[in-house]
Amino acid sequence: MQVNATRRSGADRVQDRNSQTAGASPVSTPDTNPPSLYVAREPIFPKRVKGNFRTLKWWLMAAMLGVYYITPWLRWDRGPALPDQAVLLDLANRRFFFFMIEIWPQEFYFVAGLLIMAGLGLFLFTSAAGRVWCGYACPQTVWTDLYILVERWVEGDRNARIRLFRQKWDAEKIRKSAIKWTLWLLIGLATGGAWIFYFTDAPTLARDLVTGNAHPIAYTTMFILTATTFAFGGFAREQICIYACPWPRIQAAMMDEDTLTIGYREWRGEPRGKPGVAGNGDCIDCMACVNVCPMGIDIRNGQQLACITCGLCIDACDEMMDKVGKPRGLISYLALTDETRERAGQPPKSVWKHVFRARTVLYTALWASVGVGLVVALFLRSPIDVNITPVRNPEFVVLSDGSIRNSYDLRLRNKYGQDHWFAFSATTDRGETFVLSLEGEDSLKVRVPANETSTQRLFITAPAGTIGATADRSEIRLWVQDLGAVDGTAAVPGRDRVHKDTVFNGKAN
Amino acid sequence: MCAKQVKKVQAEVPTTGHSWDGIEEYDNPMPRWWVWVFYLSILFAIGYSIAYPAWPLIHGATRGFLGQNTRADVDAEIKRFDDANAAIKAKLVAAPLDQIAQDDELKQYALRAGASVFKNNCAQCHGAGAAGVQGKGYPNLLDNDWLWGGTVDDIHTTVTHGIRNTTDADARYSEMPKFGVDALLEPAQIGDVVEYVLQISGQDHDAAKATAGAQLFADNCAACHGPEGKGDRAQGAPNLTDAIWLYGGDRDTITHTVTYARFGVMPNWNERLSEDEIRAVATYVHSLGGGE
Repeated sequence: MQVNATRRSGADRVQDRNSQTAGASPVSTPDTNPPSLYVAREPIFPKRVKGNFRTLKWWLMAAMLGVYYITPWLRWDRGPALPDQAVLLDLANRRFFFFMIEIWPQEFYFVAGLLIMAGLGLFLFTSAAGRVWCGYACPQTVWTDLYILVERWVEGDRNARIRLFRQKWDAEKIRKSAIKWTLWLLIGLATGGAWIFYFTDAPTLARDLVTGNAHPIAYTTMFILTATTFAFGGFAREQICIYACPWPRIQAAMMDEDTLTIGYREWRGEPRGKPGVAGNGDCIDCMACVNVCPMGIDIRNGQQLACITCGLCIDACDEMMDKVGKPRGLISYLALTDETRERAGQPPKSVWKHVFRARTVLYTALWASVGVGLVVALFLRSPIDVNITPVRNPEFVVLSDGSIRNSYDLRLRNKYGQDHWFAFSATTDRGETFVLSLEGEDSLKVRVPANETSTQRLFITAPAGTIGATADRSEIRLWVQDLGAVDGTAAVPGRDRVHKDTVFNGKAN
Repeated sequence: MCAKQVKKVQAEVPTTGHSWDGIEEYDNPMPRWWVWVFYLSILFAIGYSIAYPAWPLIHGATRGFLGQNTRADVDAEIKRFDDANAAIKAKLVAAPLDQIAQDDELKQYALRAGASVFKNNCAQCHGAGAAGVQGKGYPNLLDNDWLWGGTVDDIHTTVTHGIRNTTDADARYSEMPKFGVDALLEPAQIGDVVEYVLQISGQDHDAAKATAGAQLFADNCAACHGPEGKGDRAQGAPNLTDAIWLYGGDRDTITHTVTYARFGVMPNWNERLSEDEIRAVATYVHSLGGGE
């Protein structure tokens, strides 16, 4: 960034000179080339750093990447009819499996609820601790961190990398770049590979991938994710956060003056300079905080959009403060309200006071209430379900004895792992007489295959002359009783009963 | 620094020369990425028009070097489904008609294929919901009253050969005499026999005339409609005692029917549909609620 600034001011000087050559006229000269609106990227070479935040980030990285790569391989026994993958987004069969939970497409509101929770969680975390998502959990940050680790492992630390960057393309540079890119590609391949395992049975797909039998979409997805991981983690890096991502803008707008964020205690550090010289602040201007920054910024310039609050400058500065014998915390997590207090010589408010504010408590309450609602809904849902669609072409049929018949298309859902029998009955408020029958069945029972939605046509007949037949319409409630499993070996007794209200059209309709 | 830069640009970029109420427009260069995308689009368009059918000529368009042809694609796609269905179609044709509904796979296929055949070929007269056209002579296929029989076998025969058409020698055929037009009955006699029909179908009627009509019915109508007026499926004679009327069951309509007779025609489908399609649509119609 320092280099960058110098170069820009150089360009400014050129502009000024051009203006001068145009003479004394203050009016612009049309033949002057406008300055370019494009700024080439300044390469960033983050230095290795040790400290609490770096350690925390290593653990978080290991945990998150571990979860991401390992989850598709976890098994969960659901019986012979269902897949045994613990987490599976089975798009082909329209099911989402998450350990003991199975979500059907019409229960997608659970996913909507989770998205609302994610949104409220974003509000909560951002209002409490600023851009923690960006700094610690964002895939862009985590994979970039991993790629920088590989880069450092192959090419050495900051100074060695700068040297290599300036070096001609000799054998050493080609060799190191080739190794680095190969490792990056392998990581990218593993990333894309793990992603597709979430959508189909992982061991089968892994075998198919190797033998070349997998679906082209699997290869395409894997290729795209490999390419984006390689490009974003290896080359685009901080530019994704600065130019491509909307999140920094949104997150910054959700912070307030009590939000914890990473800041430089300018009132303590300035003026910068050699330690021990009278009048100098605590900042020794060692640039350690700048050198370790993966975004290539100087935190001492204050709050800025490019800062992802990863905490590495805190570690770098604390290490330096320890060396020169000054107290830690020249750069640290602080809230904007602390500045006025500290300038006035008061101690900053405690972290807990910053975090527990009416705003964050409200967000937590909202977030938790949605969560509780989802859990309750999860336990209340019935393993059987019915949808009823009255056939309205025609509205009713007159039978030869003058009775009136309505047809209904039923969708019967059996979420059990075995075939179940469903029985039907109907109740009415006015005591109309109705006769039920099922198309193609002799009785009022139907067998619904395991883990399927089956369709069944239901006929309801009002005998000639009854209220149901003569009235224009009757309210009718259809009951579906689960009679239990029929796989012969382990009969699961059914106890669920669901109902749906519908309408019967009579002759007066 | 940023604000300063913008100011500089504003001072040095010429305007387009247009002025709208004093508002002028800077002639800034296009964003570089945009320009590149524009050039690449032109290159792509040239390549595309060489590779794919593009330029209209007098007798069609240029073929393109890749030889891509959407009609051939459609044909191939149709053939793919025909091939995929070939086995089950053969099974459908081989199965006894009354056994189709017993085989779940066959039934599911027949119902879906039959619904599609029905909507393409039958819905024009019988309606998309198969309810016919009430009172106009297009039978409702949902009820349990059948002129020529309601088993899958009967429906299959009706669809295959049709009714009263001149194109199939095996078509179901019968003809009601025009009792009024051909002066087989006097108008007063027609009035009596209509009252009798109203009586046996349980509607309001003139009892004295109906009694007179009973003998006329036995002499003129019972040969086809049966002594009790219950009809005869062998010759498509409707049951006159039930609640279902092909052309309407009120006094005026029945009088019209007796006077001028009716002659509903259905085409034979054996020339337009394949055997598997006819079997599918027969199974579908049978499943609609009236099947016997």
